[in-house]
Amino acid sequence: MTNEVLVQAKDLCKYFKISGGRMLHAVEGVNLEIHRGETLGLVGESGCGKSTLGRTMMGIYKPTKGKLIYSGKEVDLADKKERFAFAKKAQIIFQDPYASLDPRMTVGSIIAEGMEIHGMYDEKKRQERVAELLDIVGLNREHANRFQHEFSGGQRQRIGIARALAIEPEFIVCDEPISALDVSIQAQVINLLHELQEKMGLTYLFIAHDLNIVKYISDRIAVMYLGSVVELATSDELYANTLHPYSKALLSAVPIPDPHKEAQKHRQIIDGDVPSPINKPKGCAFSSRCPLACDKCRESVPQLREMTPGHFVACHLV
Amino acid sequence: MARYIIKRLIYAILTLFVLITLVFFMMRMLPGDPFLGEKAISATALANMNAKYGLDKPVFIQYLMYMGNCLTGDLGMSITYNRPVTEIVTESFMVSADLGIRALIFATIAGILLGAIAAIKRGTIVDSLSMFVAMIGVSVPSFILGAVFQYFLGLQLRKMLGMNIFPIQGWGTFKHTLLPAFALGLGSLATVSRLMRTSMLDVLSSDYIKTARSKGLSQGQIMWRHALRNAVMPVVTIMGPTVASVLTGTFVIESIFNIPGLGKYFVTSIKDLDYTMIGGTVVFYGALLIICTLVVDLLYGFIDPRVKLEE
Repeated sequence: MTNEVLVQAKDLCKYFKISGGRMLHAVEGVNLEIHRGETLGLVGESGCGKSTLGRTMMGIYKPTKGKLIYSGKEVDLADKKERFAFAKKAQIIFQDPYASLDPRMTVGSIIAEGMEIHGMYDEKKRQERVAELLDIVGLNREHANRFQHEFSGGQRQRIGIARALAIEPEFIVCDEPISALDVSIQAQVINLLHELQEKMGLTYLFIAHDLNIVKYISDRIAVMYLGSVVELATSDELYANTLHPYSKALLSAVPIPDPHKEAQKHRQIIDGDVPSPINKPKGCAFSSRCPLACDKCRESVPQLREMTPGHFVACHLV
Repeated sequence: MARYIIKRLIYAILTLFVLITLVFFMMRMLPGDPFLGEKAISATALANMNAKYGLDKPVFIQYLMYMGNCLTGDLGMSITYNRPVTEIVTESFMVSADLGIRALIFATIAGILLGAIAAIKRGTIVDSLSMFVAMIGVSVPSFILGAVFQYFLGLQLRKMLGMNIFPIQGWGTFKHTLLPAFALGLGSLATVSRLMRTSMLDVLSSDYIKTARSKGLSQGQIMWRHALRNAVMPVVTIMGPTVASVLTGTFVIESIFNIPGLGKYFVTSIKDLDYTMIGGTVVFYGALLIICTLVVDLLYGFIDPRVKLEE
């Protein structure tokens, strides 16, 4: 891990149009820096905009507002050439390995397609690369001629990883890559991702809701709530010294594999539901559920502030 | 695969056998006989005619004879036209097939395009417009469409332009095929486009389209290489029934547009109680439909690698 910023989101917003001309604010003014070679974990409950942020940061979605900066240069996704060039550098591994592979293509052509589109190598070399990639992710070379439905979930996710690696990207968004897999397979895939990172110097944005795995794999962790990042710190710091009330509640929900400790643990339960991202509350997004909320919280939106070096939090009360 | 095909062929022959049997006895149950209504036939002449077509023998013997002839490919002599039924069928079927294939090509290609575009432009005016066309196609039967086309595109347009762009009846030139093929195909077009739209929407929201996008494929490449190919699957499945509906549709359309096709012969043969002709056309249509379904089922296995045809 270096201190070079590889990907940067600057006031990044992504809104979706929904019926009645209203807007769903999936991602709201996110500022985030991802350093070359690091794994940034992204956690938060379902529907908080993690996946949308991930997809916007690797160019599947065009940001509604704000900038996406890659290696110091702004990426203009409206420009076809630029989007194409960016696609070669940033890839994604999807959550559902069953749905993310075209059912009518052989595994070989799924992996080779990206190389083909980007004009990498000639046909013969591409086939060699496919075999090589299948080796790397722990599958057999012979698997190239099969179809995705002939594989198990774990194997399919390996295919998904091989596919993402095929065009030799620098930055990979892992969008809950293990949550659709069996627990026994999860560890294998996590270790594979880890090895690949060390071998190839990849940079990951790792989206998950399993907090133990995020802690294990991430160098730093960002906590998201209703489209915004509320806390950002190195993973050890975040677990040892949680500041934001939402992060506290989230982390207190992690089960401890010791029944005695688990029984004594104080679980902080937050009342109510996540407010709708269509009609967001004024002020701090968490104010409607925060046990500590005061008038100020309901009035103005807190910005991310650096409390201790490298530990950022968006809360008026800390 | 071979076993599957053999199994299907045996089923097909059984179906055909049941069909012939049913039709044979059902037409014998119809009141009247083929020579009714021809005036001034002497008793001897009638007896001779009956003997010529084997109608003097007991029905069951007639049935056995008919079956035997069918097995050798002989569908008998048409009572009305006094020509071999096989000859009439082959001759007129060429016309029906010509019309049917035109209608089918029009329906599938236009239907797939319309459905795909509606899905891509979901929620826009293009979408609503193509789905409106589809709704008309589904709900208005082909004979009404045929008559409406004849009136507006045939008669009124000719009055307005002084040119005969769409002839309203007859057969022979390309111009003559336009209106009947359009009237015949619109119903299937509607079904195909609705199905295509649904299936395309499904495919477009799937993750592998996002995968393709993330690989850097352009919108056109995504549509062509991933979306269309996957979305067209359900359309292939309904091709069997679609072929059937186009074929049966030709009965009415051929009568309306006065086209000398098999459908027209089929309808008149029932009116004339031309036993051999009814039997012949039914056997022919039955065999055709059975083969169409079989071919579609086999085709499905080739297009979708996930479909395994064994057992």
